[in-house]
Amino acid sequence: MGMTMTQKILAAHAGVPAVEAGALIEARVDLVLGNDVTAPVAIKEFAKIGCEAVFDASRIALVPDHFAPNKDIGAAEQCKVMREFAHRMGIENYFELGEMGIEHALIPELGLVLPGELVIGADSHTCTYGAVGAFSTGVGSTDMAAGMATGTAWFKVPEAIAVELTGKFSGWASGKDLILHLIGLIGVDGALYRSLEFSGEGIASLSMADRFTIANMAIEAGAKNGIFPVDGTTRAWAASVSKKAYVEHRADADARFERRLSIDLGSIAPTVSFPHLPSNTRRASEAGHVPLDQVVIGSCTNGRIEDLRVAASILTGNRVAKGLRCIVIPATKAIYLAALREGLIEGFIEAGAIVSTPTCGPCLGGHMGVLAKGERAMATTNRNFVGRMGHPESEVYLASPATAAASALAGRIVDPSTFSVGPGRA
Amino acid sequence: MEARGKAFRYGDNVDTDVIIPARYLTTGDPEKLAAHCMEDIDASFVTKVAKGDLIVAGSNFGCGSSREHAPIAIKATGVSCVIAASFARIFYRNAINIGLPILECAEAAAAGHGDELSIDFETGEIRNHSSGATYHALPSPPFIMEIVKAGGLIPYARAKAKVRAQGAAGKD
Repeated sequence: MGMTMTQKILAAHAGVPAVEAGALIEARVDLVLGNDVTAPVAIKEFAKIGCEAVFDASRIALVPDHFAPNKDIGAAEQCKVMREFAHRMGIENYFELGEMGIEHALIPELGLVLPGELVIGADSHTCTYGAVGAFSTGVGSTDMAAGMATGTAWFKVPEAIAVELTGKFSGWASGKDLILHLIGLIGVDGALYRSLEFSGEGIASLSMADRFTIANMAIEAGAKNGIFPVDGTTRAWAASVSKKAYVEHRADADARFERRLSIDLGSIAPTVSFPHLPSNTRRASEAGHVPLDQVVIGSCTNGRIEDLRVAASILTGNRVAKGLRCIVIPATKAIYLAALREGLIEGFIEAGAIVSTPTCGPCLGGHMGVLAKGERAMATTNRNFVGRMGHPESEVYLASPATAAASALAGRIVDPSTFSVGPGRA
Repeated sequence: MEARGKAFRYGDNVDTDVIIPARYLTTGDPEKLAAHCMEDIDASFVTKVAKGDLIVAGSNFGCGSSREHAPIAIKATGVSCVIAASFARIFYRNAINIGLPILECAEAAAAGHGDELSIDFETGEIRNHSSGATYHALPSPPFIMEIVKAGGLIPYARAKAKVRAQGAAGKD
């Protein structure tokens, strides 16, 4: 029987010719990732294992991004634990302030993940790298510790759901609108334990930024991973970030999919997830009157240069609504610099937004824009659970950079087409 | 191995942000995390929970962040087991890895708030002493039992790393 793309990558890393859904395998990992919240717990567990060295100091990445720059003494202590461990173990990919960025934007940008690779990360959004045709999935701190010690991890080979994409986006529609729409369609546990495998001629028109955003939120449908086939766009991206060789895997024609969905990209409209689940979606044009206190444009989901260009195309030359706080967070140093050189930062600041150094910050209610009781934010982030961005009685509405920027100008949720028609896709 | 206690009942999609809000993640100390467990969904939970009590919930329990602090916090409150109709996958792994017993059983998870439950982990039998009903959860797969028998993933990995070190020494 044929294998899905995910199953092929797992088989290759388990050193076996084939795997079947439901099988338990032990696989070699190409990269083990952690951040300032999850790595300190993993480091404590690693010490209990009793190994003196990590399995490969070039295959571990540690990124202080959640509460960094240190938001308080507790955060400072945690970052210090990670920094000291990185130095002691000779970890090559530890990124201090001034080099760092939000992990899931930084790792691909540095070419630390390539097609066909297997990555585990102690962060649920590790599934982002499915965008490049890698198998990557979030794990906890103990799995991270075991991975750092052994260079392996155990997996249950997942069943898969095929998502065929046809057509092209029109207007302001983007990868974010597609993934919110999909989560709305199948629910927050619609892909529980399963792979979401994307296919179809519609993929050709998706940028890498779109694919990163879509794969990033696979976890919000409960998926183990979300994965895209490798095409010309992927190869051009890979050549731009790394000289390393990589392996392209593709799903067999007779691969077994538990369920097949088809989505016409041309039917996707700007979409908003209402509180308190990512699956609680509505078209932005059908949001009704929802005044906003804050807009956040950034995160591992939508803090890439393409996202900032879209936001700037709406904000520049205009004025953020009086009384609304608009916070823009480039996801990495390189993105920040590019935005600066392209004049985007100036446009944001002149429009009345503020620009932060890279951090996860407000996405998880950490710092740089925590909400008070009763406040409402629209964010280009990935979760809108109770209390996610601050007070348990605050609200988060998830949307694309275009919808967030247009809503920042309006002071309430609006469809970005009220601002202009939008670029569409070539 | 058995557990007995009263049930704290919650709905579907209990996420890790409500199990342990991110504002408390500047520590990995189990006792400090336990003091805020379930705070944003049930502020009275930590004042009412007693050692041995259980959490019962609907589908997709533990969805969201990969934070292992969530099962760590639950375990440190003295909760003996979480029974849910289904679990989010990262939470499922994390609970096993840190030794928090979990069982998937939709029928048993429909228990009322405050019902007295007991579990026999060897057989998977769950008894609801308040309603008189008995349920059977699916037994854990053998490899999970291997990890549990080893005392969690860390002792399991320790044994493997030792083998790897011996292998490397043999090549020198």
